[in-house]
Amino acid sequence: MKLARYARVLKLFWQVSIAAELEYRINFIVAVVSSLGGLAGSLFGLFLFYRTDYSFPGWSWSEALLVLGIFTILQGVSATFLSPNLNKIVGYVQEGTLDFVLLKPISSQFWLSTHTVSPWGLPDLVFGSIIVLYAGGQIGLEALDYLALFPPLALGIASLYSLWFILGATSIWFVKIYNVTEVLRSLLEAGRFPIEGYPAIYRIFFTFIVPVAFLTTVPAQTMIGRSNPIWLLGSALLAAVLFQASKWFWGFALRFYTSASS
Amino acid sequence: MPIIDVQNLGKVYPVAVKEPGMKGTLQHFFRRTYRNIEAVKQVSFSIEPGEIVGFLGPNGAGKTTTLKMLTGLIHPSTGSVDISGHRPFSRQPKFLQQITLVMGQKQQLIWDLPALDSLRINAAVYSIGASDFRQRVGELAEMLSIQDQLKQPVRKLSLGERMKAEMLAALLHRPQVLFLDEPTLGLDVNAQTAVRKFLQEYNVRYGATILLTSHYMADITALCDRVLVIHQGSLIYDGRLEALLEQFAPYREVAVEFDSGQTIEQDKLRTYGNLQKLEGCKATFLVPTDHLTHMVSSLLNTLKIQDLSIAEPPIEDVIAKVFETGRT
Repeated sequence: MKLARYARVLKLFWQVSIAAELEYRINFIVAVVSSLGGLAGSLFGLFLFYRTDYSFPGWSWSEALLVLGIFTILQGVSATFLSPNLNKIVGYVQEGTLDFVLLKPISSQFWLSTHTVSPWGLPDLVFGSIIVLYAGGQIGLEALDYLALFPPLALGIASLYSLWFILGATSIWFVKIYNVTEVLRSLLEAGRFPIEGYPAIYRIFFTFIVPVAFLTTVPAQTMIGRSNPIWLLGSALLAAVLFQASKWFWGFALRFYTSASS
Repeated sequence: MPIIDVQNLGKVYPVAVKEPGMKGTLQHFFRRTYRNIEAVKQVSFSIEPGEIVGFLGPNGAGKTTTLKMLTGLIHPSTGSVDISGHRPFSRQPKFLQQITLVMGQKQQLIWDLPALDSLRINAAVYSIGASDFRQRVGELAEMLSIQDQLKQPVRKLSLGERMKAEMLAALLHRPQVLFLDEPTLGLDVNAQTAVRKFLQEYNVRYGATILLTSHYMADITALCDRVLVIHQGSLIYDGRLEALLEQFAPYREVAVEFDSGQTIEQDKLRTYGNLQKLEGCKATFLVPTDHLTHMVSSLLNTLKIQDLSIAEPPIEDVIAKVFETGRT
């Protein structure tokens, strides 16, 4: 009953926000161009590494390409679902329209996290999938291997969402904090390449502090069958802990909400 | 039994204070000093179901803070609020289903889309079925006379139409308790009247309880029998509007036009009462209410009068006076 109501609300959120986005048609062309541009840049960067016999330890060119493809998909997911919602939390706080959200008989975290969806991440999703399929073909992956991508990827996205939401929630105190979410975004750029490509100290940072490793490297390893199940378990644990933390933190932050004056 | 019961409500905010100038800015950055502001102090009142109560006070008096505590948006520092058996700050769905908050300065409708799209989302959030939805939108749109505008993008609506649409969105779930913060802000006279009439009708039709703030005294006089006056965070008056006026404005304005045939001496006129203005044959007096009959009859007996009118002083002036003295 409750779930059905949330599903109905979600459907309407998405219908309505796509309708709102499509009011501005030129944006689609911009999104395609910017996605292609970003992708060309990353491919070129990766190519520079492998041109001179250098390779990330234990990662062939096609395997590194797979990581890049997963990274692009992740970028598409965050442009479609995460950033249009989570980067707007600060605006809600600043303008005081959070009041309206809090007054609705529905979870405010749900509302803030899902109320928009942006079609402009679509190009990234499409191009990312093409790269994954191409790289997978070169490595010789089978259908089941592709399916194996989804559990670790979904868990990675859940962790990313929770971290992002926690950062967004801090805008209750530091109202003008646009940039905090930008910091997260730049750190995520590290997910472009296999985590083994970084010095040990960075690997620790990107595994345990900002879990970039769980976003792209672990899913890729799972696909090519090189992952230890312990990593998948760790991924699940991390996602569960971070998601709970985001819920708790939001409740905590709201106690300090003073609402923009009048 | 009252539907709204407020006991000793208070709210203290820590506010960072900053001296002007560069030095102040640096100090503010490195060693911030805070001062506690008591936005609301020891406010108690109760409201019966179906009442329309006006909430008056100058800017910064604590009206909005109080409304936000009543709706559960902010946590009270002291005291308690009970709204039909609920504690607002826990924001139970059951409580939220019963109340609404309309804010003249903020909008919840999606800017680029027709209001109807936002309304559909609200319907889903409040679990309103399709047939109920159609019926309620039809009914409210008719009461507000905005049937034709609901399918236009909100950004294309006039301010008045937008406010009506906001009102519709806020009332779709048929709340029993309405909190309105400056619902007529910035509207022209026609739109103000329309909103007022609508609120009156809503109150009668659904027996809803309304607590509203407004800077337009016309809203208050048209809608509210009872007013709460808040000043510097304290409740200084709770009672009937007329009694407030009587208490603060126990005088009338008497305007007289004399026959042009006679000589009028200022000094002589002053003996009749507090002379405010004398222009040619027209004079205006301020007269205490209990002297009124005596003053008017002696005027009529001794001078030749062409026209005479008695008016209440403008309510804005009276309220301003209440705020100035800050007590009743």
